[in-house]
Amino acid sequence: MAAETKIDDEIEKLRQEIQELRRNCAAKEKRLSELEAQQQKQNEQANAQQQQTSASSDQMLNNDDIARYSRQLILPNFGVKGQLKLKQTAFLIVGMGGLGCPSSQYLLAAGCGRLGLVDYDEVERSNFHRQTLHTEMSIGMAKVESAKQALQQINPHCQIECHRLLLNSENALEILRQYDVVLDCTDNVATRYLLNDACVMLNKPLISGSALQMDGQLTVYNYGENCPCYRCLYPVPPPPDTVTNCGDGGVLGAITGVIGSLQALEAIKVALGGLGGEVLAGRLLIFDGGRCQFRNIRLRSKRADCDVCSPKPMITQLIDYEQFCGMHASDKDMALNILPLENRLTVEEYKNEVLQRKHILMDVRQPAEFEICRLPNSENVPLKTILNDSYLQRFEEELKDEERGIILLCRRGNDSQLAAQHILQRFPQRAVFDIKGGLHAWHFKIDNSFPIY
Amino acid sequence: MTGDLKIVLEFSAGAELLFDNIKKREITLPSTEKWTIRNLLKWMKENILRERPELFIQGDTVRPGILVLINDTDWELLGELDYELQQKDNILFISTLHGG
Ligand SMILES: [Zn+2]
Repeated sequence: MAAETKIDDEIEKLRQEIQELRRNCAAKEKRLSELEAQQQKQNEQANAQQQQTSASSDQMLNNDDIARYSRQLILPNFGVKGQLKLKQTAFLIVGMGGLGCPSSQYLLAAGCGRLGLVDYDEVERSNFHRQTLHTEMSIGMAKVESAKQALQQINPHCQIECHRLLLNSENALEILRQYDVVLDCTDNVATRYLLNDACVMLNKPLISGSALQMDGQLTVYNYGENCPCYRCLYPVPPPPDTVTNCGDGGVLGAITGVIGSLQALEAIKVALGGLGGEVLAGRLLIFDGGRCQFRNIRLRSKRADCDVCSPKPMITQLIDYEQFCGMHASDKDMALNILPLENRLTVEEYKNEVLQRKHILMDVRQPAEFEICRLPNSENVPLKTILNDSYLQRFEEELKDEERGIILLCRRGNDSQLAAQHILQRFPQRAVFDIKGGLHAWHFKIDNSFPIY
Repeated sequence: MTGDLKIVLEFSAGAELLFDNIKKREITLPSTEKWTIRNLLKWMKENILRERPELFIQGDTVRPGILVLINDTDWELLGELDYELQQKDNILFISTLHGG
């Protein structure tokens, strides 16, 4: 016991000391960059006086630039001109998640002049597998700040601006106006429409990437004469129940890595006028990671009757996008409330009153999720097999016993309601309940050693 | 009268989940009628669509959020529902992704 306490104490002490050192280090880095900026300014002034020219740091390359960017400077279509152009371009990355991390990293490393980061969220452990700028030490920190810290280590010569907020119709135009190229690295439909409309109104190119599970998609909107906008392709938002986010559907980090890196590539090409190739405008790249297959699709031209980009647009100022889409502008799940209260059990009620009685506990999550963690007495009955009634056959014997309660369980208490509702329609007389808050509630209220994901 | 119409159907980015999770299949349509995307959709609904139909079809067309590509070209450029299917056509249905 004594030895354990000693180790605990030492671990705690070390953690605090490291944190203190990091704070010191951050303060020193800040001071250093201030002094460096001051020095550079003085040098430039001296140079300017000497040479009687007005060349500023974004109109010429210094020795650090030349060494740092040499491998791209020697690219035939890039050159000094390209490097200077990049230095004069401001990029805005909306969403510092799986797509925003790699795209910001490559843009910054390549030497973009100014980089804006937008995200309202904080770093959590489930981000790490794909959001590669954030580290263990930044848990709980604002994603934009955590990303800025990491990015400054990669290239201290670029200006990074943090916008810690949820982009909406009120603030979007004001922020986007300060940048030349916008990258859509978001995770929800409402913000995608918002960014599209704002970019059309301000005439900014929009590099749009998305990813889910093993698939990715990429295109450039609002670049060139005939290029369709997001609304030209999708005039009507998808029904909310057809939209899956990464939190529910999962995604492999290497998939967002591929798409995010390609977003950086297209953003650089847009800034440099194509880089001797062809920007992905009017085309859609689809990436099937399962088969490692890329496909390039030719897209339609602008819609003559597009609500936002046609000559006579219906939408001339930003609207309420959450209302328009019937969905929230975040991938955080919203609690569903479709089941009558009398059919809902709290985790405590389940544990104290139902557990001892005759019942079937159906866990309606996907098999892959069930494999991660489960309650010992539960059966895995994926929601799909309830909605298509194939559970009837599987539980034929159990269902004959009308005394037996049917309890539905899922991760957070949404799918369990859908399942309970479906079963109640067939067996209105039976005791059918769902467990409020699902396994998350189990973790927080009953057993905090039960994992959450 | 020419022979039966052979085409390839492909599904991507989750659209395959509505069709037995099969990403690519060759199908043969009888030469009894003129085949357009419009009646292909009807045929798909009756023969191979396995999940709730509203997740794929709304009215006589695909639901919002699904893109239809004919030989790697947006169907909008080729007449959408009225496009007349040709031998060996490749029809790809992709659901739009929103995650990041
Ligand atoms: Zn448009």
